Amino acid sequence: MLRFTIRRLLVTIPMILVVITLTWGLIRLAPGNFYSGEKKIPKAVEKNIREKYGLNKPWYVQYGRTMGHIVRLDFGDSLKYQGQSVNTIIARSLPVSATVGILAYLLALIVGITVGSIAALKQNSRWDYTSMALAMLGISIPNFVLGPLLVLLFSLALYWLPPSRWSGFPSRSVVLPVLTLSAIYMAYIARLTRAGMLEVLRSDYIRTARAKGLRERDVVIRHALRGGIMPVVSFTGPALAFLLTGTVVVERIFALPGLGNYFIQASLNRDEPLILGIVAFIAMTLLIMNLLVDIAYAFLDPRIRY
Amino acid sequence: MEDERPIIHTDPEFAVAEADVRVIEGSGTLIGTSLWRDAWRRLLKNKLAVFGLIVVITITVVSLIGPLIIKAATGYTYDFIPNNVVLIKSMPPLTGPDGSFSWAHPMGTDNSGRDLLARVLLGGRISLMVGIISTMVSLIIGISYGAVAGYLGGRIDNLMMRLVDVLYSLPYIILVIVLLAMFRSKTPVGQLVLLFIALGSVSWLTMARIVRGQVLSLKNQEFVLAARATGVSTTRIIFRHLVPNTLGPVIVYATLTIPSVMLTEAFLSFLGFGVQPPLASWGSLAADGIQSIAIFPWQLIFPGVTMALTLFSLNFLGDGLRDALDPQMRKA
Repeated sequence: MLRFTIRRLLVTIPMILVVITLTWGLIRLAPGNFYSGEKKIPKAVEKNIREKYGLNKPWYVQYGRTMGHIVRLDFGDSLKYQGQSVNTIIARSLPVSATVGILAYLLALIVGITVGSIAALKQNSRWDYTSMALAMLGISIPNFVLGPLLVLLFSLALYWLPPSRWSGFPSRSVVLPVLTLSAIYMAYIARLTRAGMLEVLRSDYIRTARAKGLRERDVVIRHALRGGIMPVVSFTGPALAFLLTGTVVVERIFALPGLGNYFIQASLNRDEPLILGIVAFIAMTLLIMNLLVDIAYAFLDPRIRY
Repeated sequence: MEDERPIIHTDPEFAVAEADVRVIEGSGTLIGTSLWRDAWRRLLKNKLAVFGLIVVITITVVSLIGPLIIKAATGYTYDFIPNNVVLIKSMPPLTGPDGSFSWAHPMGTDNSGRDLLARVLLGGRISLMVGIISTMVSLIIGISYGAVAGYLGGRIDNLMMRLVDVLYSLPYIILVIVLLAMFRSKTPVGQLVLLFIALGSVSWLTMARIVRGQVLSLKNQEFVLAARATGVSTTRIIFRHLVPNTLGPVIVYATLTIPSVMLTEAFLSFLGFGVQPPLASWGSLAADGIQSIAIFPWQLIFPGVTMALTLFSLNFLGDGLRDALDPQMRKA
């Protein structure tokens, strides 16, 4: 177990560097830069800027310097948001994204596992067909269609919830973003749980549990669920990556000041330090979370040996 | 010989075997049905999959010929902006400029007065094209890569699949956004090509894994040995003998790749990195529609619902195909 963790960490760190290098390469290989806008800058000013940011040095010197800073988690100042360091921007926007993401995933877990288990227990019933059709609908409706439809219904027709903007965590402004983001995971998790449960419910140990006279509730909750949600656990890795794209869209729709929104803005502005900072941060989070998921998997399923 | 009657098993365990043969009228001899015919029959029994198939075909046909019909009937195209300033506004569905009922724009118009139906159909063309071309790209790369890795085996296989593992855990969508933002093309067609490259290059990984798994289980079978014994070259064994045998799972996965690629395309276009005006995809139309959702909700609803319906049908079709081609999985 320890050896596995160490080995995985040794792979994870170079991977983060690869992601950052790729991003850096893409930014540098593309024609133009942050300053090549509509407005022409005087030659002298451009020269000063190039000197200040070290853009006159050969590429490997610049690359080395950038990487040197990034390794020390010092991403520098944003070009667009003058006087703000990338770290402050991340520190400010991360809580927003994390709140929405975590709440959405929790909601998806609770609803998805419940619906999926019931569908599996009542296989081929009307409930099963209805919930699975709804789940398929959840997978098929893009969140940028679902979100505005929810706004149309709950904000513009019923006046229950604010249509956009962020006013802190325990507030009504959280509800719609979380629902929008959560829908697709709910659907996925319900389908995965159903498939997992159907397989487990046929296994021998469930028959044993039933044969020795356990109450159906105990059979399901204590025995079947544990094996049945294994696919859901292994879905957590891809889900995190999905969650990322999801939050970008949701933050755009609801104008939330989150990481995804800053990332899109930075990409459009060619704000190199901010892009690199956010990419590095996301890559780290994602890869480390994936590692944690693998470890958790080994704990939950004793058959798995690394 | 007279006594040798076909044995039809009535035991449920033989139900599948029984379905695989049919009796030629009057002769009493059995002929086997092919895998494909069998799968097709199973697919037709699945109502949802048939529904999906019909919707997908309808939407494809309508987006292909619809714009021609609209142009012939009314003269509207996806980029036709009326000369009359009065008409440059968003009109509700089935409403003329004076507010009375009219068939001119069944889905209304967008902010520039362009016919929304024509734009949604163009969006369908582009979204489906992106889905199909990117899936083709992923098929070509994924099948070659997976089949070569699986057949060669050993250290090469190990190395090739490690690379896939590494690519798998990259936050590729982030890289795709950076790529599309940085290399933003000046022309809409250029951006579309960039989109194909970006989507195709990231969606082949699962395909490679599936094909490799299939090839691993096939390569030790007698027909491969026979081919090798008769001196068939490695390349020919891989592409003429092994690859055709992996088609079942590949088709299933390809059907499910199309909606997921379309969704990614819509996501990128929604954020403004994908399809550029005057071209339109369902994602970019939704992005336009969301701007004025409170006043002109139809601008979002029509492209959004069409897209959701298409993805819904494609997903059901893919699921149905999987059940049909792989009866083993249906039991689970």
